[in-house]
Amino acid sequence: MLIFTCPYCGIEADETELTPGGEAHLKRFGPGSSDEEFEGYLFNRENPKGVHFERWRHVYGCGKWFHAARCTLTLEVFGTYSAQTFEPPEEIKERIRAKRPGWKWRNFS
Amino acid sequence: MSKRLGVGGQFIDRSKPIKFQFNGRRFSGFKGDTLASALLANDQVLIGRSFKYHRPRGIVSSGSEEPNALMNLGENETFEPNQRATTTELFEGLTAFSQNHWPSLNFDIGVINNYLSRFLPAGFYYKMFIHPRPFWKYIYEPFIRQSAGLGKAPSVKDTSDYEHFYAFYDLVIIGGGISGLNAALTAAESGLKILIMEQNSEWGGRCLVDFPFINEEPGLKYISRILSELRKYKNVTMRSRMMGAGVYDHGYLLGYERLNDHLSTNEGPRHRLWRIRAKQIITATGAIERPLSFPGNDIPGIMLASAVRDYATNFGVAVGDKVAIFTNNDDAYRTAITLHEIGVTVPVIIDARSSGGGELAHHAKELGIRVENGKAISKVFGQKRVKAVTICDYEKSDANKEKIECDSIAMSGGWSPVVHLFSHCGGKLKWDEDLAMFRPDKAAKPTSSDGLPFVTAVGSANGFLLMNEVLIDTLDGSRTAIRAAGGKINNKKTKEFLDKNEKAPEAIWISPKDANIKKRSKTWLDFQNDVKVSDVELAAREGFESVEHAKRYTTLGMATDQGKLSNINGLAILSSTLGKEIPRVGTTTFRPPYTPISLGSIGGSARNELFQPIRKTPIHEWHEKKGAYMEPVGQWRRPFCYPKEGETHQKAVEREINQTRSSLGLLDASTLGKLLVTGPDAGKFLDMLYTNMMSTLKVGKCRYGLMCSENGFLIDDGVVARIDEQTWLCHTTSGGADRIHSHMEEWLQTEWWDWKVYVANLTEQFAQIGVVGPNARKLLEKIGGLDVSKDALGFMEWKEGKLGKYDARIFRISFSGELSFEVAVPAGQGMAFWKELIELGEEFGVMPYGTEALHVMRAEKGFIMIGDETDGTVIPQDLNLTWAISKKKEDFLGKRAQERAHMVDPNRWKLVGLETLDGSVLPDGAYSTAQGFNSNGQRSTQGRITSSYYSPTLKRGIAMGLILNGPSREGEIIEFPKIDGTIIPAKITSPVFYDPDGEKQNV
Repeated sequence: MLIFTCPYCGIEADETELTPGGEAHLKRFGPGSSDEEFEGYLFNRENPKGVHFERWRHVYGCGKWFHAARCTLTLEVFGTYSAQTFEPPEEIKERIRAKRPGWKWRNFS
Repeated sequence: MSKRLGVGGQFIDRSKPIKFQFNGRRFSGFKGDTLASALLANDQVLIGRSFKYHRPRGIVSSGSEEPNALMNLGENETFEPNQRATTTELFEGLTAFSQNHWPSLNFDIGVINNYLSRFLPAGFYYKMFIHPRPFWKYIYEPFIRQSAGLGKAPSVKDTSDYEHFYAFYDLVIIGGGISGLNAALTAAESGLKILIMEQNSEWGGRCLVDFPFINEEPGLKYISRILSELRKYKNVTMRSRMMGAGVYDHGYLLGYERLNDHLSTNEGPRHRLWRIRAKQIITATGAIERPLSFPGNDIPGIMLASAVRDYATNFGVAVGDKVAIFTNNDDAYRTAITLHEIGVTVPVIIDARSSGGGELAHHAKELGIRVENGKAISKVFGQKRVKAVTICDYEKSDANKEKIECDSIAMSGGWSPVVHLFSHCGGKLKWDEDLAMFRPDKAAKPTSSDGLPFVTAVGSANGFLLMNEVLIDTLDGSRTAIRAAGGKINNKKTKEFLDKNEKAPEAIWISPKDANIKKRSKTWLDFQNDVKVSDVELAAREGFESVEHAKRYTTLGMATDQGKLSNINGLAILSSTLGKEIPRVGTTTFRPPYTPISLGSIGGSARNELFQPIRKTPIHEWHEKKGAYMEPVGQWRRPFCYPKEGETHQKAVEREINQTRSSLGLLDASTLGKLLVTGPDAGKFLDMLYTNMMSTLKVGKCRYGLMCSENGFLIDDGVVARIDEQTWLCHTTSGGADRIHSHMEEWLQTEWWDWKVYVANLTEQFAQIGVVGPNARKLLEKIGGLDVSKDALGFMEWKEGKLGKYDARIFRISFSGELSFEVAVPAGQGMAFWKELIELGEEFGVMPYGTEALHVMRAEKGFIMIGDETDGTVIPQDLNLTWAISKKKEDFLGKRAQERAHMVDPNRWKLVGLETLDGSVLPDGAYSTAQGFNSNGQRSTQGRITSSYYSPTLKRGIAMGLILNGPSREGEIIEFPKIDGTIIPAKITSPVFYDPDGEKQNV
């Protein structure tokens, strides 16, 4: 029963108000992409024991999708941010660096 | 015998006798008794049978860790199995039945397993019942099922009420013993909002029994002083009869409050589940005494030493006339002293430690009690009750043997902190060699969203057993939690408590030390599940070395007490058999709830009509009044058909279809999803969502569209109408409206967030009515208003304006193959409009029709239904819908996926119609067999039925199915085996059975 602060409406939302949406920051591959690219986009997911970036929707609240950076092991939440971005805000990455030195996730570190 | 004494019993009120029944016999107890104490007061020592060997069982403990005294409680609507007698408070009229025996508790036929126990070791069932394979289903399983299982399932509906309670606190303290109460007192002036809960009815925990005096103040008075002090604080909520059931992520906590289990009435909620968010949690859950492992340690009359003195002090009950004590620590001497003081004989204290105990032992000796150091029990006499014991040297079982008479044994193997709640959410434990216990690791507490600890164990729950240490640790731990919750700290100090000088316990895991296999296979670890020392040793020898594997192989700790008594003893045996240290073997995982909670409390008030909200169309009431047979469609209820008096559903459906096809039918289609998509980029957006082109649709026109997931599979379909230059109205399936709305939002918010599109779900804003049949136009013309002639409103066009007095939007679309208009009016006008249609349609014999008629009519036309022809693995190409897939568009959701090799494989199962040769109806979902066998040795298949109905129009069975290369095999006859072994041959046809040229709808 996690709690995330919705970055849109500012509410500390209980997990029952939210719906999970899997890994964040996927790049879409459509027609013209190779089989490998498409497979990677559609099926291959990170499954880290540690820092992870996820999509959540405040479905029983403001209805907005947002992103969350959290540790899958300790359940620490490093921050939530807009889903309308290609990478986590620098401030959140900095916070993770301070708490998890040497951290790396896909192309982010 | 066990009996009520003339003195003592601080919990009971002797002026208030209470009558109750056990196994049909009448007994009497006092107010304040538990069922267990009242049974013991009546010399009812035998209270049940064990699970596997059906051995006689007696009460072992005085609390929630009880493994044996499980009862079928109550009768009829209040019946509940597996209730612990030790935590059941006595009330007038209570009825209890013991479990696990047949025909009676005293004489149980299942006890034969006991004599076969040599042949029933750990894993017996796994080894024995695997061969021959077919025997499992027909012989072994039915037999085992009959003899297995605890208690009985209730046979009538539970009429009690249950509820949920949402609460938010800065600090929650679990446990109302001396630690919890002191923690609450420490925090009371911190400015925090505090909840403290105690699972029992009485506050004070072990303090009331074990500490007659706290620094010159009587224990009882000390506790009531703290209680009255705490009650002054408005920021402190106190709840007894409430158990901390589980600790979860980010400070989520379940409290299980039992409100009227102790009352004769069943008024108000019975249980309340508190769903709490706490900033900080203190677990002051105390410790549980461990049994000792000696041969015959499961015979009724053998109890935990702490329980023996609980029954004496709290309830004035002596568990026997002669109570022998067996211990490895000083604490059990308290029991000897207590018993001595109330006049119960203690023939011997058997202390396994060769050097004996400390101050308490000295005191016992002064009272004249015989103390034998370095000794152990090697044999217990008696079957349904202890008669005597043989003691011997702990190190050597044949040295200094002596038989001593006793009718009860109080045992103590030391104490295990209740670490469950600390561990539920990731708290780690460490092994304390000196005290032989797992205790919370201060450096590895559960962490919350800020990465900082949110659970602190204090007192005995933190591994401190001496009172002074408990008080110091409680103050220390409370301050840590208060600070973390943002509260103020005061500088009060605790008064020093002068503990008795206690000598350290000595871990003894098997007694006597050299017990042979015969003795080890009579030494119980898990009393409820009949797991013995020899079983755990066998598991280790057979390679179940991981503690989690050994647990499942032997069922150690899998009983309803979840190993509260047996776990540490069991894993100590496992570790010594494996030659590994205990911390290397580790414990099994502690999972919530701490003790079982009622299913009713989990459901709360979500029962019957409150189970889930039901969505009703504006015309719902009319359907119900007309006796429609309703079926659930998502959260909607829709009429399946409208049976007349004495008419079967099948006949009603046929009548509705015939009347619609020949004259006029009405369908309440209000549940149809209605998503309005608007904005400058709406056309572009819909081109991405639908497989066909929506941006080119002209204002005033309708187009049937398909939606696929990014994985290429069909997820929804429906008619799209273009409302204006930048607005489209997308109809979805009834069950799909919310899902597709979410689907649109997801892509708009997370992928194409710069596109200017807005989506609104208007499903409930409109009532939508299908006016269907050759006389449909005549009926609308009779109402008057909008011109609905063929020229004014062509097929697949829509129009809006006044229809009679209604604000209507008319879509000329057809899902039945007939001339058909779907008319949407504002929801508030829906009922009046429907009633007027029924009234004016009378001259055409108008009939409302339900979802089944809708299904049959669409199948007659070969129209697909999402969920019938699709199941999440079907692409539009499989359904011959290539015409609805744009070849011009560069991209749409699912396009790339449909280019994958498997999707473009020409040999796929494709949609066809199927006609049985004899006109019968094929079973829905039936598979068609092909020649040969697959790699699993199963018969190969070549397709399956997706929809199958009796068509009243064609007067024969019709079906649709997905068949390998289906459309190119038209005319071929294939076979469908039925479950009864017979085979139905069917001919592959076109899926369009009725009016293939569409002449009926185009008039």
